[in-house]
Formats: sequence, structure tokens, C-alpha cells
Amino acid sequence: MNQTKGKTGGAVQTTGHAWDGDIQEFNNPLPSWWLWSFYATVVFAVVYWIFFPAWPVANSYTKGVMNNITFVDSEGHKKTMHWNTRALLIKELQEGKTAVLSREYMDKVAAAGYSEILGDPEMMAFTRSVAKGLFGDNCAPCHGTGGAGVIGLFPNLADDSWLWGGSVKNIETTISDGRLGFMPAFGDVLSEAQIADTASYVLSLSGQTVDAAASARGKAVFQTNVGGCHYCHTPAGTGLKSQGAANLTDQIWSIIDVNGAADPAAKKALVEQVIAKGVERRMPSWSKRLTPTQIKLLTVYVHELGGGQ
Amino acid sequence: MDTGKDALYQQRIPIYPRSVKGRFRNFKWVVLGLAYGVYFLLPWLRWQRSVGPDQAVLFDIAARKFYIFNLVAHAQDLFWLAGLMIIAALLLFFVTGIAGRVFCGYFCFQTLWTDVYLFIERLVQGDRVARIRLDKSPWNTNKLLRKIATHVLWLVVAFWTGLTFTLYWGDAPRLLVKWFTGSAPFAAYATTLFLTATTYVMAGLAREQVCTYMCPYARFQAAMFDADTRIVAYDVARGEGAQGRHKITRELKTREQRRQQGAGDCIDCGFCVQVCPTGIDIRDGLQVQCISCALCIDACDTIMDTLGWERGLIRYTSEKASEGKKSPVWKPKTIAYGLALLIAIAGLMWSVSSQAPIEVAVIQVRQPLFVRLSDGRVQNSYELHLENKTNEPVDVALMIHGLAGAELDVGRFEAVTLAPQRSLHVLARVRCRSNHSEKGSRSFFLDVIPQKRKDIGMISVSATFYMPGARR
Repeated sequence: MNQTKGKTGGAVQTTGHAWDGDIQEFNNPLPSWWLWSFYATVVFAVVYWIFFPAWPVANSYTKGVMNNITFVDSEGHKKTMHWNTRALLIKELQEGKTAVLSREYMDKVAAAGYSEILGDPEMMAFTRSVAKGLFGDNCAPCHGTGGAGVIGLFPNLADDSWLWGGSVKNIETTISDGRLGFMPAFGDVLSEAQIADTASYVLSLSGQTVDAAASARGKAVFQTNVGGCHYCHTPAGTGLKSQGAANLTDQIWSIIDVNGAADPAAKKALVEQVIAKGVERRMPSWSKRLTPTQIKLLTVYVHELGGGQ
Repeated sequence: MDTGKDALYQQRIPIYPRSVKGRFRNFKWVVLGLAYGVYFLLPWLRWQRSVGPDQAVLFDIAARKFYIFNLVAHAQDLFWLAGLMIIAALLLFFVTGIAGRVFCGYFCFQTLWTDVYLFIERLVQGDRVARIRLDKSPWNTNKLLRKIATHVLWLVVAFWTGLTFTLYWGDAPRLLVKWFTGSAPFAAYATTLFLTATTYVMAGLAREQVCTYMCPYARFQAAMFDADTRIVAYDVARGEGAQGRHKITRELKTREQRRQQGAGDCIDCGFCVQVCPTGIDIRDGLQVQCISCALCIDACDTIMDTLGWERGLIRYTSEKASEGKKSPVWKPKTIAYGLALLIAIAGLMWSVSSQAPIEVAVIQVRQPLFVRLSDGRVQNSYELHLENKTNEPVDVALMIHGLAGAELDVGRFEAVTLAPQRSLHVLARVRCRSNHSEKGSRSFFLDVIPQKRKDIGMISVSATFYMPGARR
């Protein structure tokens, strides 16, 4: 134990000097365990300099000896370099136990066809667990973590309505090539009365209560070249998948929140707005940002979110 | 170093326990042999399994499976460990209440390893007197060689102890080869070397100081003692007589002579003190350092046998019994401890024997909580975690009940096959008609029905369906 003046009543040694006549310095040496730990850290540091990158030298640095890491770089070349955490990480991602295990599954999924993956519970479980991360990184910023989307901006992927088709083939095309959803604005083409009548007809298609006379007048606009709505939305109103045209007969609204509107008048006002102002939505292409296997995984994931077609 | 009265550190007084023969020593050797046999050989015991490793006891952290002979404990069964701890604690209470520090004296690994280290010490340096002489002698080749040999042997035992512990966590033969070829995981080296160091320090250098200063059990066992607890005790009345203990002299040779002169049966030979691994004198009464190893009983019995007097001057007795009172073993406290122990054992055995063959967990997909479908219905999704704990593949069918008009969709599988000892995640979608009166949440059941397996019944797991209510 260290000695202090208070404890032992002034029996502590001094360094022997005296300043200004009476100022003395106690000699309280560091505990030996502390000193030895300190010497050990010095020894450790010297050993570290030898084996690890340590000293800056001009515009380079000492690399250390016997610490080479060999890994395969992004171009597929074998690369050997001195110890550094980045190389260590790359190597771990390529040769680590879990990396090897997941690559085995990944290769299996990459080689399998869609129906094969969809029919195999094990491959599905793997696909969903990997694609969940991919979805979170790439898709969730717009479509939301669970794919629920935002009305008016980003379609809901978790329901069973598919603007561009819900088959795996369609979904794959949507992801890899992107989509441009477009409906022209009719505000300058149709009169306000025509727009109101058309809105009534559109609402009637999905079973909403509307004024029958107005709906009949609207039908004429919808089904003829006056409005020309039937070109894309089809005479039945179910929508052409090739155009990304919405199915107006179902209960799903992805541009306006008809279900959330307070009364029939408000619902009609919402539909009128869409007819007058049109719609333009864009989904970017992912083929250059994601690998074919990643797109495949995402396709299956999105397909499964809502049950697919 | 401070040499004042306020020193916080007390220099260890070296203890040189002398060897002794006797019933308790024999019992301790048997316990030691059994414990070492189990501990050191168990990782090498092979075991036939249709699925999984061929090692009888293997704790596979990576796969979260713990193989114990025919039992495979999964991560969900980890509470068994808590059960085991409770049983161990109750067993300690029970045994300590009846017979004192039995655990310390016979079963504690500190005691067992110290015993082995002492044995090595004796083998290399000789018994007590030889060791004292060696320590006092100046350094020479003989002393150096003997000291080095002792420490090397200690380190070998310590290393093998550490390595054996490590072998429980991997395939022992392969891990051993990997360990020595430098390709074992870091954790294997760290564990082995750490335990080597602790074993060497605790059993070789610290010894009884561990029991006296470090061990919490040593202290709190005293709380379970009472006047009926069996303790190793010196019979003061018999040993001291009227005038106290006395060495054997010409005038004090036979018991009759000793009785007449008031001397007790204790001949003050000091054998009981010399054999004590914690360096106490049992004749001073019960002490906190005493680990109840009963070696002093063996020592005293040996002397008594030589003298032809009856044994038991130092013996297992209780405070009450030594005062000549009745001292029952079974009393409300011990019976209560015993009952609690039996209940805990029964509980654990029941839990282990009724391990679910298939584990099912249902996790609701909460983002989004529900989805409206094009036909006006509502869909909720659930992540099903299925785990097959049996050694055969099990086909399961998935169904729901308790939600009128609802439909279950698990995708395009014809059958869900759970591989042996594997788990599987399945996304299940439930669709249900919506009308205003049903708004809110409703409970229903997801059923997992094993096919072609009559021994495994249907497993129903409760789940919640969130209904947003009808559209306006």
C-alpha cells in the first residue's frame, strides 16, 4: 500500500530536496503493480509495431510483418495485402461460416425457377429473410417497411390489387425496368358537369351509392370517345394491366382515399379531382442497381406480401 | 509495503497439509475419482443419434442445441437450466441444514482440484515435513527441479481441465486436433487458457484462501446452520477432561492414569491440525474456515486406534448432540427444504419429459397491421415459426378455427415438411369478411396438425385478427 502523511503520521520519506528553505516533496512511488502494467503496455506497443501497420513514414506507413490477408476483390481478382480491418471484413464476408452457409442457399435460389421457389417452404423462408433486408434498403423508403405504401404516391404492395399485374413475371419486370404510371388530365377537355357525371359513374362501378341519372350521363362520357376512359380502364372498368390502369370495380383506391372520405359528396369530389388533374407516378428501374438474383428474391417477396397472383 | 497495523492485506501463512488415511479420506478419493472420471471422459463418450452429432454431451451454441444423451434441449428449453439451478440451491439448503458444509468438504471443485494439486505436491516434494524442510532449505538443484516439476505438473492438470471444459462445446476429437493445429475458434483458445490460469491460480496458489475470502457459498451456508446441524467437532469434555489435554508421558500413559490426574483423552499430538487443508485447529471449535472435509476425524481416529481407545474424539455431531440433548435430523425446516427439493425435481422432470415435439410460435405481421383487399375483405399476415424437435421429418397441415368465414393462405406449398431438429418460418395470410359489427380485434386459433403422426397431437396457437370495420 502507498503511504500518505495522514495515515502514518508523517513517516513518509521525502525526495531529499528542500525549496525555499522548507518546501519538501514527499516520495510516494507508484505501486509496483501499476508500474509493471505500464511496462507491459510498452512491451505490447513495441510488439504491435512489428506485426501491425503502425508508423507513418513520409506519405506511406509501416505495414507490419506476417499479417497478410488474401481476399477476392469486387472484380474477382485475388488480392493480398497487409492487415487492415477493411480487408478483414471483406474476407469474413466471403469466407466466414455464415457467409459460406448463406451462399449455398443463395446459389440454390439463384438456380431455381419461380414456381420451384414458391413451392418449397425452405427456399421461401430463406428468400423472405434475405429479401426483407433488400426490401428495407431499397423499397421501403417509398413503399414502407411492410409495403403498405402511401395513398396518392406509392401503391400498396401488401394488398391483392396489382396495377401492372401480380404474376411473378410482371412483378419482375416492374422491379427491373421500372414503371411510368400516367393518366392524362381532363380538366381542360371536359366540362365540370361532365367530370362530375363521370365521377359518379366511376364510383358506381365499385358499388358506391350515387345519383343514377348522373351516373348514366357519366357512363356515356366514360364509354365513348368524349372521355375515352374505356381505352385504358376497359369498358368494364377493370383496367388494362399493360397500361397500369387502375381497376375501378374493386375496393382498392391507390390515388385517393375514397374509403376514408366522410360522405358521398366528398368521395365524388376526390374522384373529380383525379379526372381533372390526371395522375403521374414513376417507379425507377432497379436492373442496374440490383443483381438479377436480388431482383428475383425481391420479386418473390413482393409477390408473397399480398398473396400474389 | 505497509507494515503498520492498518494493513489491508494479510500475508498468506503457508499450510503444509499432511497426508492421512481413513474412511473419510477414502470416501473423498472415491468422490474425486467419480467426479474426474465424469468430467474428463464425458466429452469423449460417443452416442448414437439419427440426427445430430455422435457426442453424448455437446453444447452447440451456434445451432442453439444442447445434446445431453438422448435429450436435445433447444433454446426455448433454456429455463430448464433455471430449474437445475433452483434444484441445486435447494439441495444445498437441504444438505447443509442436515449435515453442514458437505458440498465444501467433498464435492466442491475447489476442494477436488486442491486435493489433486496437493497429491502432486506430495508426489514430487514428499509429505508435510519434507515440504517444510524443502521450503526452508536454500535454493539448490534439487529444490529447483522439484519446484519446477510441481508447477509443470500443476499446469498440465490445469491445462487439461481447461481444454476438457472447452471440448464440451464442440465435437471433442475434431476440436482437439483443431486446437493443436491452430485452427480452432478464438473462443476455444480463450476459454482453455483462461481456465488453465484460474485452475492453476485457485488450486495451486490460492487454495484455502478461495474458501476463506472469495467464496460466497462458504459464508452463506452458515445461515442454514442450526443447533441440530451435523458438524465436525471436537469432544471437548472427553478431550480436555478436568485439567485439559496433555501429551502422553510416563505418568500419563493409560486412560486410567489420565482420568485420575484429570487429563483428557486428547494427547495433543497435533495430527488433526497437520492434516487440515485450511490450517485450523478444530479443537478451537467451529470456525468459518472449516470446510467439513473430516480429515481431522480420520487423523484422530488413527491415533485413537493406535492407542486402543474408542474413536470419536473428533466426530460428526451437532451442537445439541454434543451437549447430550436429542438432535433430530428431520424437523420442520429440513422437511420443508426436502419437500421443496422434491417438488422442484418433479417439476423439472415433468417439464423435460413433456418437451413439446413441435414448437409453434405465431408472430403477427404488424406493418401493416391489416390490409383491405379488392373484394372488400381484410387480410392479416402472420409469421409462423415451426420447430421440429423430433428426430424424424414431420409433415404438418396448417388450418385455422374460431374465425367465421375466414380463409387461410400459406402460399403454394402442397405440404409443409419440417426436417428433423430443424425449424422453418412460414408466412400465413388470413382473409376475412369485414362488416361494421366486427370492428376491433378477434382471437382465433392457428392449428398445426402433424400428418401421419398419431403420437403428436394438434397444436393450436392463439392469434389475433385485426378488423378495421366496414367501409363507409
